[in-house]
Amino acid sequence: MTQSFISIEGISKRFPAAGGGATTVFEDLWLPMERGAFTCIIGHSGCGKTTVLNVLAGLDRPSEGVVIVDNQAIEGPSLDRAVIFQSHALLPWLTVMGNVAYAVSSRWRRWSRVEVEEHARKFIALVGLSGAERKRPAELSGGMKQRVGIARALSIEPKILLMDEPFSALDALTRGTLQDEVRRICRETGQTVLMITHDVDEAIYLADRIVLMTNGPQAVMAEIVENPLPVDRARNDVHKHPLYYAVRNHVVDFLVTRSRSFSDADKAALNRRAVPVVRPGAPEPVVLGGDTLTPSWPGSRVKEA
Amino acid sequence: MTRSLTLRAAVVSLLFFAAFVLAWHLATRGAGATVAMDPEYAKLMGATATQGKSAMPGPLDVAQTLWGHLKDPFYDRGTNDKGLGIQLGWSIARVGLGYLLAVLVAIPLGVMIGMSPLMSKALDPFIQILKPISPLAWMPLALYTIKDSGISAIFVIFICSLWPMLVNTAFGIASVRREWINVARTLEVGTLRRIFTVLLPAAAPTILTGMRISIGIAWLVIVAAEMLVGGTGIGYFVWNEWNNLSITNVITAILVIGVVGMILDQLLARATRAVTFPE
Repeated sequence: MTQSFISIEGISKRFPAAGGGATTVFEDLWLPMERGAFTCIIGHSGCGKTTVLNVLAGLDRPSEGVVIVDNQAIEGPSLDRAVIFQSHALLPWLTVMGNVAYAVSSRWRRWSRVEVEEHARKFIALVGLSGAERKRPAELSGGMKQRVGIARALSIEPKILLMDEPFSALDALTRGTLQDEVRRICRETGQTVLMITHDVDEAIYLADRIVLMTNGPQAVMAEIVENPLPVDRARNDVHKHPLYYAVRNHVVDFLVTRSRSFSDADKAALNRRAVPVVRPGAPEPVVLGGDTLTPSWPGSRVKEA
Repeated sequence: MTRSLTLRAAVVSLLFFAAFVLAWHLATRGAGATVAMDPEYAKLMGATATQGKSAMPGPLDVAQTLWGHLKDPFYDRGTNDKGLGIQLGWSIARVGLGYLLAVLVAIPLGVMIGMSPLMSKALDPFIQILKPISPLAWMPLALYTIKDSGISAIFVIFICSLWPMLVNTAFGIASVRREWINVARTLEVGTLRRIFTVLLPAAAPTILTGMRISIGIAWLVIVAAEMLVGGTGIGYFVWNEWNNLSITNVITAILVIGVVGMILDQLLARATRAVTFPE
């Protein structure tokens, strides 16, 4: 078995239940992630997806199992794994520069102030906030705050970026812009990302693989959906891709019905270590243009007439 | 015609003040019955009996005395005749020293209690019992063990300033938002650096609120403490002037105590504003 860059190996989380016994949030999860891959975990509230992320961040410990990052079992929080928090979690008494510099100086303790600020400035520019360095979080809009959160996480050049519903508190327009930015930055830097979300379209636009989790308690990873859309997809026409609705319907079907109806027998039949991988496909539609066939999407196969 | 609220409030304040002073003046105008008496005997009697003057000083008397004190606040003509400035200086020095010692103990201890649920639970009964004790109740014990009235007064200030700061610091530290602590954890920030870069800045407004309550209490207590230990200080001055039956001086001192108390409170209020961050 080839060693993955990041590997979740049989983690479970249990809490002591009232009146003895234990409540199992999720059980025996296995998930390998390759370097540079963008993985999304999607599931309903209460399935423990945030706990999975916190375990990877080292902020929470699994009741059983381990997570291996770059051949090392994780012991606790680490600068190798940066977290973008849902509520941005900026320190309100520091400026934009102060917040990013705090992370940079934690990463490189010996750096001088000038070096730290120069490095921080680079990442503030990357998220498009140049000129706002001296502003405090209270003076920024929700989207700008989350940009600072992204700059702070990226500035420490982590091995993996962990995102806990990073855009859920933003309005639709800002969310779209930030998704574009995150996708651009992650593609440019080859960043490995694990993101938690319950927004299907967000997952399809951003992720290479979408991990579907059943409802808790005793949640499991039921399926991994490989995103069949081309990597050069763009926000404005991604929904026109012939396979878009195939993926979307598959994921929505899961969330609406299968996440609930996934029975104990289904769980028993599931091979936890090699969760089924699904790659939704569809009949290849073509557009007739005069007497030649034009593909409806760059990259989609043109059927021989 | 709209005027600013501040201006209108100032006008109303002045009206109230004028009404109060006028009422005071009218009430102490005198015109009580005078009794005819032997001139030799009259010399022994006060102006109340001989001229029908009110026993209570009027606003003009107090203003005159106050002006006299303000003109020459730092004279020293022996044990019982020192300027108001010197007496205030002593009180402020005692409060300052006792308060500073309390800060040095309360904040580190409060941080420890706030960070450790174990310490918080273990020390809670002690704090709950010690907190409601009147600081003056410690005075005999302090005098007996320290054997120095000056230091005992400082100790009393220390003990009364301690509790609000300790309780507020512990509460402030314990309620720092989980996510800010998590930010520090994911950045592998060590305990000491975490205290100074996350916990203290986040809890600063709460800590400063405790410090503001403490300075208020300390200033209340110093007057009573100095009445007991005697010698110097504004509290001793009040008691001394009571023994002199100089009500004018007593009222003057009361006024000055109020003004100094307000200044101390405003200083801490300003410090609190300086560390408060908008969210």
